Amino acid sequence: MARVRLSRERVRGELVRKIEELSGQNLLACNQCGKCSAGCPAATVMDLLPNQVIRYAQFGLEQVLEAKSIWICASCQTCYVRCPHGVDLSRIMEALRVIALEQGDDHLRPQELDPDEVADMPQLAVIAGFRKYTMMGG
Amino acid sequence: MPIPYYPGCTLSTKARGYDASGRAVAKALGLELEELQDWNCCGATFPLAMDNLLAMTGPTQVLVQARAHSDRLVTLCAICYNVLKRTNYFLQSDAEKRDRINYFIEADYAGDLRVQHFLEILRDELGFEALKQRVDEARKETGKSLEGLRVAPYYGCLLLRPEKELQLDNAEDPRILEDLLQAIGCDPVDFSHRVECCGSYLLVTSPDLAADMSYAVLQSAAHNGAHLLVTACPLCQYNLDHKQAEMARQHPGFKPLPVLYFTQLMGLALGLNSDDWGWELHYVDPRPVLAGHGL
Amino acid sequence: MSEELVPVFIMGKRYDVPPSLTIMKAMEYAGYQLIRGVGCRGGFCGACGTVYRLRDDDTLYFCLACQTVVQPHMYLVQIPFFPAQRAEYDLSKLVPRPEQLFSLYPELLRCLGCGTCTKACPQDLDVKGYMAAAMRGDIARVADMSFDCIMCGLCAARCPVGEAQYNIAILCRRLYGRYLAPRSQHLEDRLAEIKAGKFDKPLEELKSLGVEELKERYKARDIEPR
Repeated sequence: MARVRLSRERVRGELVRKIEELSGQNLLACNQCGKCSAGCPAATVMDLLPNQVIRYAQFGLEQVLEAKSIWICASCQTCYVRCPHGVDLSRIMEALRVIALEQGDDHLRPQELDPDEVADMPQLAVIAGFRKYTMMGG
Repeated sequence: MPIPYYPGCTLSTKARGYDASGRAVAKALGLELEELQDWNCCGATFPLAMDNLLAMTGPTQVLVQARAHSDRLVTLCAICYNVLKRTNYFLQSDAEKRDRINYFIEADYAGDLRVQHFLEILRDELGFEALKQRVDEARKETGKSLEGLRVAPYYGCLLLRPEKELQLDNAEDPRILEDLLQAIGCDPVDFSHRVECCGSYLLVTSPDLAADMSYAVLQSAAHNGAHLLVTACPLCQYNLDHKQAEMARQHPGFKPLPVLYFTQLMGLALGLNSDDWGWELHYVDPRPVLAGHGL
Repeated sequence: MSEELVPVFIMGKRYDVPPSLTIMKAMEYAGYQLIRGVGCRGGFCGACGTVYRLRDDDTLYFCLACQTVVQPHMYLVQIPFFPAQRAEYDLSKLVPRPEQLFSLYPELLRCLGCGTCTKACPQDLDVKGYMAAAMRGDIARVADMSFDCIMCGLCAARCPVGEAQYNIAILCRRLYGRYLAPRSQHLEDRLAEIKAGKFDKPLEELKSLGVEELKERYKARDIEPR
């Protein structure tokens, strides 16, 4: 990515505050050891590695909301159980999804689902998809 | 006293073989499961945003309903287990938010229910030793046994993680399925991907990625000589099972592996009638492999 | 009029109305000419769904305007219609299976189970309960639990995820009626009798009668015991 300018305003800014509030996590507890990225089963297809997602969040960089990674995370909790500092990255990912959904469009629309696929899938997959990819409130 | 049982939405449709075999096994072992009436969906995901209390009203109402009958609730579906148990943990640890949810759903739930997975009851109350005896007795009667059947115990995510809240088993090195498989007389296969994610709900938005993740799990099991996999999760079962024909086309040498629910295998070990355990709902038909082992 | 008038607030404007009137009649008393938001006036058609609050009470109340008597300091508005998803289908081409619900109404699976709909139902239905049954794919249970639904739409108006509960419910009742309800033998027998011409003669006779004679016969008809 392009060079970014860090500042106290940014690091203590609204985005950082909101991520911490929604996730209940202290972003600065992460010391970037990278264990989350090493264990993530979906990291190979992420544009930002899990530890980079936290790095961007720590610095309050809005680009993190554009990352595909936040939609690729399957909330499998592997990062959380392996984090030496007990940081629950799955909650940070959720906070980022919530903020991105508040700012933009739903990531999944009922009318875009293939009716035949919906008929074949276990309903809990679709239920989970709506919970993760749409803004509550429709 | 009967144990309140929460099947979850998918066990009444796609995974009805899990429900039917689970009930049959419980009955054969003298465990009385009683389905809650008119229960609602747990939500299929534990809400991870701290302010998402509305999404917790659904699972909380399930807990409230169960608490009216008993001090515990049992599930078979690993996802329901995860959501209900985490919700319960949340309600126990945050009295202020518990009050707000109670106010909204017009209930007075104190958080004093135990959410259990059926596996826990088998291990901690019946005991795997007692299970083994029952299986040995059944073998004498029917002459059938699971001996020589190499089974990959697939845990996936939600049965185990996060360990702090679920406390079913060690999240990195669990034993419960291996011990169960040994008790019912088959040969558990050790494989690297037993606690890796199958792709979960990525199925809905990134089906190819979910298929790749499931493929890695299947390959790992096959590489270690498994004849089949067992799981406790209907979403894992579907993810692992439904695209194997396509995987076989894409990856020369890939051999389809049936994916069963652990209760189906237990029921066979106990010599129960398995006619209505939903075999036709499996994409890779397990029956030929089972028949090959005299089952 | 001898009774003392009570104040009600219709869409924010105060009117003093006789306390014995229903909301609907009070609105007409106040000068509203109802074209929408009115129908059978008997509590069956679901056209007059109404939301109100009372002074010093934080509860939001829901009712039918034709069935509910005014109370002093009622703050009310009618919601005669609320837009909701409605799938198009040909009933004869559907199958009475869970997948049918999910493919026609995938948004059914967005339901949070929060119960806001149940609180809004003027028929006191357990809307959340029948939505839960729909998510389980239990069509017969939805049909049973939603039997008294009058399609007023207040559930949909209140739903935080934009469900169309009442449209899902009527799909289930249709599927139940068409495919799942046990066939009644006496109906089949009677249809066969009609086809065989058993009633042709009496029908011809009725058709030949004058209006007065028909009225007499109507008054003297057998009425099924309740």
